[in-house]
Amino acid sequence: MKKGTLTVKAAALVIWALLLFAPFLFQDVRQIEVAARIAVFIVLVASYDLLIGYTGIVSFAHTMFFGVGAYGVAIALKHMGAGWGPVLLGTAGGVVVTALLAVAIGLLSLRVKAIFFAMITLAAASVVLVLASQLSGITGGEDGMTYKVPELFKPATKLFTDEAGKVVRLWGVQMNGKLAAYYFVFVIAAVLFWAMLRIVGSPLGTVLKAIRENEGRAEGIGYRVVAYRTAVFVIAAVTAALAGSAYALWLKYTGPETVLSFGIMIDILLMVVIGGMGTMWGAVIGATALVMAQYYLRDLMEVAAGATAELPLLPELLNPERWLLWLGIIFILLVYFFPAGIAGTIIDKGDRKAGA
Amino acid sequence: MSLLSIKDMSVDIGQYSILHGVSFEVQEGGVFVLLGRNGAGKTTTLRAVMGLWKPSPGSVRFRGEDISGLHTSDIARRGIAFVPENMGIFGGLTVAENMVLATASGKFDASRLERVYTLFPALKKFWDKPAGALSGGQKQMLSVARAIIEPRALILIDEPTKGLAPAIVDAMGEAFREISASTTILLVEQNYAFARSLGRDVAVIDDGRIVHTGTMAAFDADKDLQDRLLSLSAFQEDHE
Repeated sequence: MKKGTLTVKAAALVIWALLLFAPFLFQDVRQIEVAARIAVFIVLVASYDLLIGYTGIVSFAHTMFFGVGAYGVAIALKHMGAGWGPVLLGTAGGVVVTALLAVAIGLLSLRVKAIFFAMITLAAASVVLVLASQLSGITGGEDGMTYKVPELFKPATKLFTDEAGKVVRLWGVQMNGKLAAYYFVFVIAAVLFWAMLRIVGSPLGTVLKAIRENEGRAEGIGYRVVAYRTAVFVIAAVTAALAGSAYALWLKYTGPETVLSFGIMIDILLMVVIGGMGTMWGAVIGATALVMAQYYLRDLMEVAAGATAELPLLPELLNPERWLLWLGIIFILLVYFFPAGIAGTIIDKGDRKAGA
Repeated sequence: MSLLSIKDMSVDIGQYSILHGVSFEVQEGGVFVLLGRNGAGKTTTLRAVMGLWKPSPGSVRFRGEDISGLHTSDIARRGIAFVPENMGIFGGLTVAENMVLATASGKFDASRLERVYTLFPALKKFWDKPAGALSGGQKQMLSVARAIIEPRALILIDEPTKGLAPAIVDAMGEAFREISASTTILLVEQNYAFARSLGRDVAVIDDGRIVHTGTMAAFDADKDLQDRLLSLSAFQEDHE
């Protein structure tokens, strides 16, 4: 394996390893929240990379599918009560609705030019966002909804108990429902990411790359481009929906802001760009970098502002309230120094050196 | 029965009528050469057979089956491969990935891959390199290799020698001779010397109509006919 590719894979595997042991390494509620969010967003970003990076499809409906998956589980748990039956039914419902929506959008609009397709997905995502906000009786409206999850995922659930009936601790971590919920999210994310790696490494992945490079040539050697584009759109959408279902179980709350907002779509786009389009492993790096920045940049700036309190201007500039400004600056710097994203640039440079 | 039978094929592209009732038959085995001046309709003929332009209904039959309304993928599945003039290479993909695209299952038959390596050793050398980094001749080799990596009954090849160095043209000629021993080739070519060295049968197209069909040997022997149809005298003198 070439040096650049090896470096990126090693970095991504280190992140996966940190996520695997996160409950033991970072024994803090907020840090576990961050780890779970990273795991879910890796899947979201990787599935979006399958669209934009591997096939050249620009869609703004990815959060819509994420939201449909989350709402499927949320509605089932809210209206049918906590249990595995509603979880399975809600997930299946979310997946079926997602697949139908994706097939309809794909077949109707993947023949048109990329910009029109992007606009159609934007319109569809807006409609679903408005529907979720207004159908209060079903979705909880703007406030969203909270619900109970299966017994296994409740924090009070003791996975293992000692002779005294107390929950067992392993390296200081309680073996409780919260831990089970985290590993549920982790396993779902890992399996979905692995599945997408298999797809891009398969002959199907090669066809997708060929379509991205030149649709006409792909058609010329006998590939039905619209069928392939629709198929990959459905695969990415269903993957996003499954990630949404897992996230709904983790959060125990689903609302328009958490799973359907355009802010999430922008986050996904930024993560794909930061990680590197068409690399798949870049999704791990991009998702981790942006989620970490969103959670910890303010803290970091607070420390920096405190440390520079005696200096002129700097404390003002480093005021945590200005974290978005700094996030923007960091993003611009990343794009400047890593034009193909972090993973993409490392692969390009490393592999070129190896080939030289 | 002919392998490929084209009868009264017409093709309109936008408001322009390009082919007007083209008819000829390609028998199994050997190289069938389609000659003609620039803009006569040679490439359009190949693209119409491949389903990339819509031919008039009922005008293209392959092994007796009407394929004129089929999608390109269905035509390819019936055993017809197309090597376009622009080579149709995906420059951002590796040589290996370009080859995978030409397989039905994503896997290579070992003996066919060995044959590709024997015909085009450069492809083995650059197997994991981006196809965009290959030279023009190597790209043409890759394009032809893609057409023969799976069993095909007919390969449509559009101007394979265009812009290639003489040594590469010779190598390509050798490869086509070997391929044509087991697969029929319908070759569109401007380089008459190259076409003559390979062709068994020939058709000449002019202004979207077939104006001559026959054996290559007979056509080559009739200088007046060549002059009349192709204005070849000067061209031949330059190339001989």
